[in-house]
Amino acid sequence: MSQSVALPAVGTPEIPSIPLRELAPWALLFGLLALLVLFFVSADQGAISIPAGNAVHEFVHDGRHLLGYPCH
Amino acid sequence: MTARAILLRGLLAGLIAGIATFAVAYTVGEPHVERAISLEEAAATAAEAPAPAEDDGHSHSHDEEGTEVSRSTQSTVGLLTGTLTVSVAIGGVVSLIAAAVAGRLGRIGLGGSTALVAAVGFVGFALVPFLKYPSTPPAVGNGETIGTRTALYFGFLLVSVVAAVAAVLVANRLAATRGAYTAVVVGLVGYVVVVVVAGLAFPTVNEVGDFPADTLWFFRRASLFTLTTMWAVIGIVLTGLLLRLQTQQAAPAATRELQPAH
Repeated sequence: MSQSVALPAVGTPEIPSIPLRELAPWALLFGLLALLVLFFVSADQGAISIPAGNAVHEFVHDGRHLLGYPCH
Repeated sequence: MTARAILLRGLLAGLIAGIATFAVAYTVGEPHVERAISLEEAAATAAEAPAPAEDDGHSHSHDEEGTEVSRSTQSTVGLLTGTLTVSVAIGGVVSLIAAAVAGRLGRIGLGGSTALVAAVGFVGFALVPFLKYPSTPPAVGNGETIGTRTALYFGFLLVSVVAAVAAVLVANRLAATRGAYTAVVVGLVGYVVVVVVAGLAFPTVNEVGDFPADTLWFFRRASLFTLTTMWAVIGIVLTGLLLRLQTQQAAPAATRELQPAH
């Protein structure tokens, strides 16, 4: 599939695709960043606490409840 | 169509979705959060006689002692922060997945594949986990089981997301040989079978107690509206932005070919 032999375009316009090699670094960096954000909003200072305390939990408290994550 | 251009549009879609999500969460959800908290406080006052000796572990954000963030901050700036950051993060991830599948799902165009990513994301990441482990208002849930409940929720979410991704990949493979109809049916049925079996295998959590059923339902419905708003706005805005990007990039090439046009 990846060895595209450039099929002759028969009527249908070619849909451009982006090389996965170009996407990989963006996906890796942003994926990690997104996981970090999701962790702090959805789970921090509930089951696991980094840092210890309750301030993060309380600050995002309502969002955590309404976005459907277990809060306390 | 570069990864950077697509990610920027994903972040923008996430930002817009975050604002819309906050609006829905604040207007539709907050009244029921407040109602649940007032019920919780009433219950706490009623059981005042044996004062809460130890308050560790089960530290409710709305207990008077140990509260660091006021309720008015939690329901406004705090809620906005939560919805915005999650929306932007999900918007970005959806845009990068949309970039990866563009032009790779049979003959589905950019708009269709982007909308599909958002729709599959909503079902796999939000709706199906919600159906198994629905959101709970404040006052529902035992603080001592938060570890187990968090593990169960994210465990089930992981099963659902992996099954959804696998379903799309399998369907995409099948589409080339067996046609789109068979591919879509096999993908959908496969996903449903996996999450139903996982749903039966994962334990049920029920810590509702005697919490009023109507308030619980109103809260859960509001929670579902909140999640639906986020995914719908991300899907709609991102699809629109990417289609516009595609047109913009096709336009210069077209004008070069049609020189005499103004």
